[in-house]
Amino acid sequence: MSALLEVKDLQVAYGSILAVKGLSLTVNQGEIVTLIGSNGAGKSTTLRTISGLLKPKAGTITFEGERIDGKSGHDIVSKGLCQSPEGRRIFPRMSVRENLDLGAFLRNDKDGIEADRERVLDLFPRLRERYEQKGGTMSGGEQQMLAVARAMMGAPKLLLLDEPSMGLAPVLVDMIFETIIKIREQGITILLIEQNAAAALEVADRAYVLESGLIKMSGKASDLAKDEAVTKAYLGG
Amino acid sequence: MSIFTSGYQARQLRRRYLERSLGTVAAFAILFWLTINFLKSPSQFFQASLIGLSNGILYALIALGYTLVYGIIELINFAHGDLFMLGAVFSANFITIWFGKESSGPSAWGVFFLCLLVVMTLSATVNVGIERFAYRRLRRAPKLAPLITAVGVSFCLQFVGLRWNGSGPKTWDTVLPAGAFHISGVSIDYTTLFSFAVTVPLLLLMSWIVTRTRQGKAMRATAQDQDAARLMGINVDRTISFTFALGGALAGAAGLLFQQTRGLTSYNLGYQLGLIAFTSAVMGGIGNLQGAVLGALLIGLIQGLNDGLPIGLGQQWSQTVVFSILILLMAFRPTGLLGKPTTEKV
Ligand SMILES: Nc1ncnc2c1ncn2[C@@H]1O[C@H](COP(=O)(O)OP(=O)(O)O)[C@@H](O)[C@H]1O
Ligand SMILES: [Mg+2]
Repeated sequence: MSALLEVKDLQVAYGSILAVKGLSLTVNQGEIVTLIGSNGAGKSTTLRTISGLLKPKAGTITFEGERIDGKSGHDIVSKGLCQSPEGRRIFPRMSVRENLDLGAFLRNDKDGIEADRERVLDLFPRLRERYEQKGGTMSGGEQQMLAVARAMMGAPKLLLLDEPSMGLAPVLVDMIFETIIKIREQGITILLIEQNAAAALEVADRAYVLESGLIKMSGKASDLAKDEAVTKAYLGG
Repeated sequence: MSIFTSGYQARQLRRRYLERSLGTVAAFAILFWLTINFLKSPSQFFQASLIGLSNGILYALIALGYTLVYGIIELINFAHGDLFMLGAVFSANFITIWFGKESSGPSAWGVFFLCLLVVMTLSATVNVGIERFAYRRLRRAPKLAPLITAVGVSFCLQFVGLRWNGSGPKTWDTVLPAGAFHISGVSIDYTTLFSFAVTVPLLLLMSWIVTRTRQGKAMRATAQDQDAARLMGINVDRTISFTFALGGALAGAAGLLFQQTRGLTSYNLGYQLGLIAFTSAVMGGIGNLQGAVLGALLIGLIQGLNDGLPIGLGQQWSQTVVFSILILLMAFRPTGLLGKPTTEKV
C-alpha cells in the first residue's frame, strides 16, 4: 500500500497556544481512516491545517509524495484534497445547485462535472428534491448532506470529513455512515473525524485516537473498538 | 405570566399599529406633494425627476464601491469617496491640461473615452494597492482597526487632492456636447444623455460580472464564508483584490463623469459626494448591489424633486430632507430597503 497522505510531527498553534503537538498519521490509498478524540483534542485543527486554512508551526504534510504544508488552500484543493468542514459551512444564500457548482470551482471538465453531479444527487436523493432551495433554509441534516456532496464535486482523491454526524438525528447519522461506505466503494479515500467513536470505528479500516494534541493510540479500527481504554474513554463502556 | 404576555403583546400591537399609521401618513403626504406639483406643472415635474435621476446614477457608481467592499470584508471603506475625488481631479488634468481639450468635438470625445479607460484602470489599481497595503493585514483584527485605517487612508488621499487641486474648487471647460433638445417642455441636456450612455452599460457590465462570471461566483462565495470559499479552491486574496478593483474602477468612472458634467473639481468632493453615496448604500441595504443603485436613484430623485418642484423646500433644505428620510427609513427598516435581517452581502 502506498501512503496517499502522510503527516509527520505536525505542530499547530493558535497564537502562543499549541493545539496540535507533534501529530503523525498516514492515510493509504483506498482506506477509510478515522481520527477520534474528545471535544477540543485538536481534530479540526489538524484537518484545517491539512487543507491549508492554517499554517503549521512545525512538521510536514505530504500528499502523493509532494510536500503541501504551507501551501495555500486553493493549491491544496487543486491537488485533489477536498474537505467537508465542521459545522457544514455551506453557502447559505446560494441554492443547492450553486453550492454544488462551487464544489467544482476548479474543474474544467464539463462532462465529468455533470457525471459527478448525478452521482452525488443519487447518493443524496434529498438534495435533488431541494435542488433550487437556498442552503440556509434547509434542515441541519440536509445541510450536512450538501456539505459532503459539495466536497465530492471537487473530484477528491482524498475526502476529509469533519464530524459529518454532528447534531443529526439517529436515523440521519446511520444514513451518513452508510453513505461514507458507498463513497469509499466509488474509489475515494477518506479521512474521517468523529466524536461518535463507535460508529466511526465501525466503518473505518484504521483509527487514530487524539488526546490534547497528541496521538494516544492507533491501529486497526476493529482492534481499537475492543480496546479497554478506548471503550472506557470514548465508547461509554 | 399570561397577563404579562398579553400586556406585552398588546403593547407590541399598538406600537406596530402606530408605526404603520405613521408610515401611511408619511407616504400619503409625499404622494400628495408629488401630485399637486405634477398637476401644477407636469413639465417641471419631469424636468426635476430627470435631473434627480442623472445625479442619482452618478451616486450609484460610487455607492457600489462602498457596498461591494462592505459585502465582501465588512469594512466601511471611508477612503472610497476620496478615490472618486482623485478620479475627478485626474480627469480634469488629463483632458484639459495634458491633452489640451477645452471644447466639444470628435477628437475631444476620443480623449474622453481614452480618459475613461485610463482613470478606471488607475483607480482600480490604487484601490487594489490600498487594500493590499493598508487593509489586508488587518483582516483578522478587531473591526475598529481597519475602520480607523480607512479614515487614515481617506485623509491621505484628500491631502493628495489638496496638493494637486489646490485648497479651493476649480472650474474647468468640458468636452461633452453642450446644448439640449426639448420634448414637450422638458429639456434634456446632451451631457445628461451622455452620462446615462456611459453609466448604464457600466452598471449592466458590473451586474453581469457579479452574477454570471466565475470571478463573480467567487466573490459571492467569499462574501458568505471565506474559509468555505478557500475549501472550494477559491483564491480569497485575489477575489478580494478583484472586488476592490471593480469598486475602484467605478469610482474612477464616476470621477470623470462628475468632472465633465459639472466642470468642477475640489479636494473635498470625496467628503460631499462620498457621504451621499455611502448613505445611498446604507439606504438600499449595505452589501446589497441592487440596493445601492436603488438607494442612489432614490436620493438623487428626492434631491431633484425637492430642488426643482414649484412647491418644495428648495435647494438649501435638500440635504436635510435626504437625511431626514434616511433617519426615518432606518428607524423602520434598520437593514435598509433591500437588506435582509441577517447581514445581507454581495
Ligand atoms: N480559532 C481558535 N483560536 C484559538 N484557539 C482555538 C481556535 N480553534 C480551536 N482552538 C483551540 O484549539 C484546541 C483544539 O481545537 P479543535 O481542533 O477545534 O478541537 P476538536 O476539533 O478536536 O474538537 C482547543 O483547545 C480549542 O479551544
Ligand atoms: Mg472539531
